[in-house]
Amino acid sequence: MIPVGFSYRRASTVDEAVGLLGEYGDEGKLLAGGHSLLPLMKLRLAAPEVLVDIAPLADLRYVRTDGDTVAIGALSRYHDLHHDEVLRQHAPLLAHVAGAIGDPQVRHRGTIGGSLAHADAAADLPAALLASDGVLVAQGPGGRREIPAGEFFLDPFTTALQPDELLVEIRVPGQDGVGWAFEKFTRRSIDWAIVGVAVLGQSVGLINMAGTPIRATRVEEALAGGANPAEAAELAAEGTSPPDEPHASAAYRQHLARVLTGRALERAAGRVPAGL
Amino acid sequence: MKVTIEVNGRSTVEEVEDRTLLVHYLRDTLGLTATNVGCDTTSCGACTVLLDGESVKSCTVLAAQADGHRVTTVEGLTGEGGELHPVQRAFSNQHGLQCGFCTPGMIMASVSILAENPKPTRQEVREALEGNLCRCTGYHNIVSAVMEASGQEVDG
Repeated sequence: MIPVGFSYRRASTVDEAVGLLGEYGDEGKLLAGGHSLLPLMKLRLAAPEVLVDIAPLADLRYVRTDGDTVAIGALSRYHDLHHDEVLRQHAPLLAHVAGAIGDPQVRHRGTIGGSLAHADAAADLPAALLASDGVLVAQGPGGRREIPAGEFFLDPFTTALQPDELLVEIRVPGQDGVGWAFEKFTRRSIDWAIVGVAVLGQSVGLINMAGTPIRATRVEEALAGGANPAEAAELAAEGTSPPDEPHASAAYRQHLARVLTGRALERAAGRVPAGL
Repeated sequence: MKVTIEVNGRSTVEEVEDRTLLVHYLRDTLGLTATNVGCDTTSCGACTVLLDGESVKSCTVLAAQADGHRVTTVEGLTGEGGELHPVQRAFSNQHGLQCGFCTPGMIMASVSILAENPKPTRQEVREALEGNLCRCTGYHNIVSAVMEASGQEVDG
């Protein structure tokens, strides 16, 4: 399968990438690792006229602490995140989730910024970032702005990013000493989640239970009100609207959400926070 | 566009369409046909090659993205005198193949696995090969081959 023809451009600075996006408008798409965009283009579900490759922006590949916050460069690859000692220590949920995406070959290419900007409700990192109360830093022609994860995912494959904005950094509060867990149910290990759950303390993010990644707010309210994990997990499907497909019905996914949330909450409550 | 890609230690310079996939660059432009196209959807791993020493699925990388970088295919593992790479030799010794279609990708994925984890357990090998499918289901001997190539006991 071969994509529809397009023009390939390469940006060597963030300003150049923003400029090219402004020049091409809706016809231009950013290319980072390409592991969400290129498969869609090969299937001809997407046909941008111009790809702006931002892979040369090596200064957007980092993980560092900034006070109590962990700052992650948007071009950090899943492989980088999974093996990064700073992230494993201060945001172990994200380090673990990055290592659970796809397979080693995918993790050598895919980037955190690419996954978040693509905004697939079936992807792992968006829900983990929601549960982490993360903030996304976007840069456009007018400078930088911060977007809380809870306001970033608007609709399927649609985010609060403007067409001429580029994700440059992802920030999360340090997760030191907070229990966490990640549960994902797949047909094969490399597949997208049928349902997944990311838990950090009493925050719960759900994968593939609506058109966007969502928080399990009823579960979180129950936990805040003193419910135990098993009681709270019974509420995991409340207010969700999962896909209803031949291989996994909506009712099946809601059942999975309750079961996986229960497991994740139990595991998070019992986990020694330091380890992966 | 013109791309310059180091393939198996040799600089290649070619004019390609912007949309050219790396696997087609290797197979059709350079004639290196050991790298197979299997599923063509980033799943099966038959097209796995090394990009700057790391395993990637070349059906999901543009030749343009490899411009200025280093690619290794299974043809590039064999020494100048024709001697097999330790991973190739181990696949032969352990009969780590049946029909052979997945083998180039399996070998390149295995080289990358051992570069990152030189002494894996059998379980770690199985997990690290999650991105490579063998439709003959010959996984047992493939795992044995990776264990032999790592210089460890094959049976664990």
